[in-house]
Amino acid sequence: MLGPGVAWYLAVSGFLFGVGALGVLVRRNPLIVLLSLEIMLNGANLALIAFSRHAGNGAGQIFALAVMAVAASEVCVGLGLVVAIHRRRLALDVDQLSELRG
Amino acid sequence: MIIAASAGGVLVWIVWVVAAAACVGSGVAVVSFSNPFYSALALIGNLGSLAVLYLLLSAEFVAAAQVLVYAGAVMVMFLFVIAYVGPRTEAPWQSAPSWQTLAAVTAAASIFLEIIVVISLKASGRLAHSDHVNRTFGSPGWIGRLFLTDHLLAFEITSIVLLIAAVGGVILGSHTRRRDAEAAA
Repeated sequence: MLGPGVAWYLAVSGFLFGVGALGVLVRRNPLIVLLSLEIMLNGANLALIAFSRHAGNGAGQIFALAVMAVAASEVCVGLGLVVAIHRRRLALDVDQLSELRG
Repeated sequence: MIIAASAGGVLVWIVWVVAAAACVGSGVAVVSFSNPFYSALALIGNLGSLAVLYLLLSAEFVAAAQVLVYAGAVMVMFLFVIAYVGPRTEAPWQSAPSWQTLAAVTAAASIFLEIIVVISLKASGRLAHSDHVNRTFGSPGWIGRLFLTDHLLAFEITSIVLLIAAVGGVILGSHTRRRDAEAAA
């Protein structure tokens, strides 16, 4: 068999997911939170594609493409929110933007 | 024949190690830069190295879509908004790290540990690639055929999700402008 097996790809994917989760939880700038969210989604995508290759089945790649589309729409709405927050002269800090908290 | 195959294997391993190291390093860089502009640039590197990993997994169309959609369109949008908002660096943490930081680091570390434990328990030796994928695996025509036959519902739902997100973005943008005018009056 040529090259690394699925477990190696899964290790990279798990590391990306963990780093992204750390960024989402620790950072307070909403832009960097969105960027870290992208890292988490890409970690999941890598696992999907590794399993797709492992099983020789295309469903994983289809799922990865759907995740990509959902990520694009999430970035669209998230950046719209960031621009709206900026227009209203509020601080770009997810800890201070707690008005919607119940 | 065997020598050629092993040389190819070594080459794949070298490419994998370089791409994975770039992927991990740029992922850490995204989270650790204080300026969002540098974070976005590091994420472009992350997405590019991920596309190389996808190519190694013979997912050609997904790699191309990754570079075009993510590293192209989405990141341009990100950089545009970062330039619009202005490169504000995050204020450093005051004094000792709060309970929130500690809880966040603990939660992320436990997620990471859980993933590593599950992979090492389940993946030992049993997860080897099946060698026999045919040549069309991952090609655009194959993906398109799958999308229009087996996964037609996912395809249509994706289009609706994108449409709703675009409409939501427009509403978010226009609503605040009216609000600002009312607030100024």
